[in-house]
Amino acid sequence: MPSRPVQSESHLEVSRLSLAFGRTVILEDVNFHIKRGDIFIIMGGSGSGKSTVLKSLTGLKQPREGVIAYQGRDLWTCAPAERKKIVRSWGVLYQGGALWSSMTLAENVALPLEQFTDQTPQQIRELVAFKLALVGLSGYEDYYPAELSGGMRKRAGLARAIAQDPEILFFDEPSAGLDPVSAKHMDDLILELQAGLGSTVVVVTHELASIFAIGTNSIFLDSETKTVLDSGHPGQLLEHTSHPKVRAFLTRGGTDSKSE
Amino acid sequence: MNERAKASPAPGPKILQLQWLDDQELLLNFSGFLDEASDFPTVEGTWPEINKHKDRIRQVTIDCSKVQSWDSRLPAYLVNFSRKCDSAGLTLSSRALPQGIARLVKLAAAQAPASAGPRQEEAGSLFFNLGRMAVNSRQTLLQLFAFCLRIIASFLSLLQGQLNFRKQELPVLLHACGSQALPIVSLLSLLVGLILAFVGAVQLKTFGAQIYVADLVGIAMVREMGAVMTGIIMAGRTGAAFAAQLGTMSVNEEIDALQTMGISPVDFLVLPRMLVLIFMMPLLCLYADLMGIVGGSMVGVGLFDISFVQYLEQTKDAVTLSNIWLGLIKSLVFGIIIATAGCYQGLYSGKSASAVGLAATSAVVTSIVCIIAVDGLFAVLFHGMGI
Repeated sequence: MPSRPVQSESHLEVSRLSLAFGRTVILEDVNFHIKRGDIFIIMGGSGSGKSTVLKSLTGLKQPREGVIAYQGRDLWTCAPAERKKIVRSWGVLYQGGALWSSMTLAENVALPLEQFTDQTPQQIRELVAFKLALVGLSGYEDYYPAELSGGMRKRAGLARAIAQDPEILFFDEPSAGLDPVSAKHMDDLILELQAGLGSTVVVVTHELASIFAIGTNSIFLDSETKTVLDSGHPGQLLEHTSHPKVRAFLTRGGTDSKSE
Repeated sequence: MNERAKASPAPGPKILQLQWLDDQELLLNFSGFLDEASDFPTVEGTWPEINKHKDRIRQVTIDCSKVQSWDSRLPAYLVNFSRKCDSAGLTLSSRALPQGIARLVKLAAAQAPASAGPRQEEAGSLFFNLGRMAVNSRQTLLQLFAFCLRIIASFLSLLQGQLNFRKQELPVLLHACGSQALPIVSLLSLLVGLILAFVGAVQLKTFGAQIYVADLVGIAMVREMGAVMTGIIMAGRTGAAFAAQLGTMSVNEEIDALQTMGISPVDFLVLPRMLVLIFMMPLLCLYADLMGIVGGSMVGVGLFDISFVQYLEQTKDAVTLSNIWLGLIKSLVFGIIIATAGCYQGLYSGKSASAVGLAATSAVVTSIVCIIAVDGLFAVLFHGMGI
């Protein structure tokens, strides 16, 4: 988007992040930074803490230690009101869509616009129609989430996440539970929205096809060493990583992923 | 976009200008910092102006060459506008679209408007609604009847020695429906006893018969209030909990998982709950009777100069064993009602958060209505039997 600052500037900086549930430490000394306009992949096996990292990035779970810096402010040491404001300028797509079941799709997408902007109902209606069209759901304005398929619910959740033109878009397992064609479609959608809206995208996933298709940068989390094993462009990681675990992950344990 | 929009209340220069190129070509000219605009035009707002000259327009062009910055309201306008033009049969072209916008517009247009069609119309005429209500309630009644039959069937198979639920679940349920309910049952029954005694004693005192407050409280608690109060408390406490729990399980497809494993949810979930309530309700009722009498004695002894022993003797004489049995039988029936209503609403709840809430509400409302109605029936029945 023209009004946004130039790319390659750091958008979100995470340093010495350590996460724990009670006394069980699950990640320690995690460092990475996400550049503006990146599609940043957080990958790792099941139980490696990917989703927990996402929770602390989106302001849901307080880290045990460490700094998550956004535009020079630490998300977790600034005032709660400030944090709310920062988080509001982001969008999150949850695994199952997390639509509010008592509201129609249009009401779901409209809610953030009604709450946080002073647009007229007609302006909101047109914006909602557009956002639903972007994810391929125009015509479904008056449907309730329970009346849709899982994939449609996910896309509707995406429409809600982009309702306010988020600076950063977070995705939790965007292709989980989708068939290969829909998963590919979701990847394309992420790419198109990233290019169109100019948002930074952070994706938590272990779907290899998506990782290689959309990722411009990535980190690999490991549950044994409890930290980042390797980072970089997924394609280059595949070529050059020195960690057997990362290689095994990216090649599905040895089989050549390129033949997929 | 929003903070910025709020920060600039002054309506700047108009961001959208309509301009006639010649007699047949209309130019829509966007210019300026669109993401800071507080009053973005709507298609609905601009369309009447265009519709007026619809017949002579050959071509509509949108020019974005003077756009400095934008947010998604601009592509939203373009997409909605082009739909409007399509349906009106106008040809639309655009000039100098910023790259991002072009992509978004293309993306939105690529998804053919779904063949979803308008949603099934909910509202209908009065008669239509009445008819549908009748049909629906007939279905609900049939479903409820089948549900009750299934409970009886699974009860019978239990009597034949087939245990189809986990034994470990019983103590947990007994604890939740029994001992955890004691505090609230104590408090409320005690208060009801107090109130009955106070209201009664004030009246009885006017002709010096305040000793009969013991009869009043004893018979009222044992025959009616003990059972009804525990019924209402347990409906609100346990019936709602059953409905919410089973409803959430149905949302999570846990009920489906049971069924595909060949385990009947009625055997596995409903029957233990039913048994626990059948067992616990009479006990709780007996306890409530006692607490009510204690409450009554507190008023009688404390305020109306009756000695405690005297009060107890009077109560003992007044309350017959058949009175106690009556209350216990009623409370047992109330237990069945609460378990049935709670489990039925939970098992057949819809698949959303609000549906689970609705299920809990209906479970409580149905139980309480049924409890009061059945209590009335019992009163008539026992009167007829002369008990």
